[in-house]
Amino acid sequence: MYLLKLLLRNAFRHKLRTSLTVLSITIAILAFGLLRTFISAWYAGAEASSASRLVTRNAISLIFPLPLSHKDKIRQIDGVRQLSWGRWFAGIYIDEKNFFANYAIDAKDYLALYPEFIFPPDQQAAFLADRRGCCVGTKLIERYHWRIGDIVTLKGTIFPGNWEFVLRGIYHGRDESADERLFFFHWDYLNESLKKTAPSRADQVGWYIVEVTDPSRAAEVAQAIDKTFKNSLAETLTETERAFFLSFVSMAGAIIVAIQLVSLVVIIIIIAVTANTMAMTARERIGEYAIFKTLGYRGWRIASMIIGESLLITMIGCLFGIALTPPAAKIFGKIVGTYFRAFRVDMATIYIDIGIAILVGLFAAIVPTWRATKIRIADGLRRIG
Amino acid sequence: MGVPISYSFRNLWTRRLTTVLTASGMALVVFVFAAILMLAEGLRKTLVETGSYDNVVVVRKGSNSEVMSWVTRYQASLIETQPEVAIGADSQPLLAKEMVVLITLPKRMTNTPSNVVIRGIGASSLALRPQVKLLEGRMPRPGLSEIIAGRSIAERFKGGGIGEILRFGMRDWIVVGIFDAGNTGFSSEIWGDADQLMQAFRRSVYSSVILKLRDPSEFERVKERIESDPRLSLEAKRESRFYAEQSESMARFLRILGTALTIIFSLGAIIGAMITMYSAVATRTGEIGTMRAIGFQRMSILGAFLAEALLLGLIGGCAGLFLASFLQLLTISTINFQTFSELAFSFTLTVDIVWKGLVFALIMGFVGGVLPAIGASRMNIVESLRTS
Repeated sequence: MYLLKLLLRNAFRHKLRTSLTVLSITIAILAFGLLRTFISAWYAGAEASSASRLVTRNAISLIFPLPLSHKDKIRQIDGVRQLSWGRWFAGIYIDEKNFFANYAIDAKDYLALYPEFIFPPDQQAAFLADRRGCCVGTKLIERYHWRIGDIVTLKGTIFPGNWEFVLRGIYHGRDESADERLFFFHWDYLNESLKKTAPSRADQVGWYIVEVTDPSRAAEVAQAIDKTFKNSLAETLTETERAFFLSFVSMAGAIIVAIQLVSLVVIIIIIAVTANTMAMTARERIGEYAIFKTLGYRGWRIASMIIGESLLITMIGCLFGIALTPPAAKIFGKIVGTYFRAFRVDMATIYIDIGIAILVGLFAAIVPTWRATKIRIADGLRRIG
Repeated sequence: MGVPISYSFRNLWTRRLTTVLTASGMALVVFVFAAILMLAEGLRKTLVETGSYDNVVVVRKGSNSEVMSWVTRYQASLIETQPEVAIGADSQPLLAKEMVVLITLPKRMTNTPSNVVIRGIGASSLALRPQVKLLEGRMPRPGLSEIIAGRSIAERFKGGGIGEILRFGMRDWIVVGIFDAGNTGFSSEIWGDADQLMQAFRRSVYSSVILKLRDPSEFERVKERIESDPRLSLEAKRESRFYAEQSESMARFLRILGTALTIIFSLGAIIGAMITMYSAVATRTGEIGTMRAIGFQRMSILGAFLAEALLLGLIGGCAGLFLASFLQLLTISTINFQTFSELAFSFTLTVDIVWKGLVFALIMGFVGGVLPAIGASRMNIVESLRTS
């Protein structure tokens, strides 16, 4: 018990220095927590995916469409319960900076496949009834303040021209992981227009969403679909929704690795700052350690005093940092909200934070401890400052 | 001024451990700061060098990359007849009708798939891009299923090496050559005969038309004529500008990320410097009193401690930049979200980044040292002598 008292007294002997060190640890833990949350936000799409949904796309790459005629062949495959399709539109709302995902969907079946998008019932019916209708997630509404009945114009990049849509529905996610930043409209609307302006591009879809009857058979069904179209003009690549999202994440792999490296650097920076504080503290108290030794204290007792003090300081900083991470993540999530669907701090981050704080506390104490335990009593008593 | 300053320098040496720890904290911040600026600069440089000022890219109106663009054969031949197009040595116009698509290829190391640009080229494509040099093998012969791969594709993707075979579009394509295009986006592309590739992908339209201007100053005229022609609905851009635009949003993303990170990190390092300087002042109270007693002015004391903090920052800054300069040996490849294709580029250190890094380090030193230094300069002579 007296050890703890001693630690607390010692730690706050230099109030300014200790509080500055605690502050820097708080900042570092906060930064680390935010970086980890940032990384997990990349993976949010994969986490929210359903195990029973498969994505079928052109095997060459995503930019190549699939013919609409594939749909009947896929339906016949054993294990397929339901299917729908979409096509990437890549329209621009006023300016390129206003980026949000927008695509054409085979509306009725598509929404049935995504029970996590929840509409007020009348709005869903209104959307399905209006071919020029579109529906968007609540996060986009927060950003652009559209109201039901508004006309939203997107400038096509893949499909030239200005396209007008009437806002008919606003959905929200069933839980936090559902993506609330999407913009859907009717594939029929796109297709009918293409039939008039660019007939060679009509009756094509970007990808099929296939629901399987039993998630444990997903791999088997995926293989069966790809086998059906092997050696055809439009070979397919079918994978689970999760694998589909992960392939996007892995393309940005270098950026994620860079962010991970940076979070390692944060840890090293706190080690340097804390080690510095401990080194200064130990240097000033060399005389005291010599007195302790004269009184008969062993090396390990002195060591435990230094290590304990170091751990105490890092743990206080760590607690502040953990407490501040969720509100900071919330603010950060508001700023970059349109790029990332979810910005949540998970429990693992908090455990890792604590682990790091312990690690930093131990590392920072190594050199001072070594110096303090090695010093000869006479030298220690003689030395000043 | 001489004595207090040399006194400060010697102090940094005496408290080596503290100096090293504080400076290394700052060095890491400068390292991260420089690394992210170098990354954004490398990306920008790669894409800017890809385009040349004399060339014009013609794409469909509203498309921001070649992959999204459509140019019909009819439109392409209308552009071919523009008088501003330069004439090559073989008395043919220096103009290439190209097709650009993306294909998914697995990487050699990890087997993870990524999007790679395939460019269908014409007879003049190589002449239009003097930066592209054939390293090994030969050019693909028109009419055959042959392709050549850029250096970074050959190194990083399965089936990209010379003599290897890639299968797409229901055909086997043999890699007959490797080309090097220096630090440009072309190094991350695969080239083949445009007509063969269009057949394989069942496409009847080109993606873009590249032409060299007879006289670079005639750009405005040809741009105006192409864009006002109702048969075309195309737009013309200088090639250099076309590629520079493709780096913008990614470079902006990196810059915002980098600035946010370095601001947070620098707070940590500034606090580190502050701790060091406060303790430097605290442990030397007696010495400060002595100096004041023998006639040094308050300003000299302030200057001495500020100089110490700035020197600490300078050491940190130099160390950080020294570490960051090694990053130039690395090549990074990531997806460019604007074109959705894989691009390889390297960290690029410029004089500008060196200056920014050093100024940043000095600012960190200054902010960390200014309060302790003011505190030191305002000490009362008698009291400070008594405390020692």
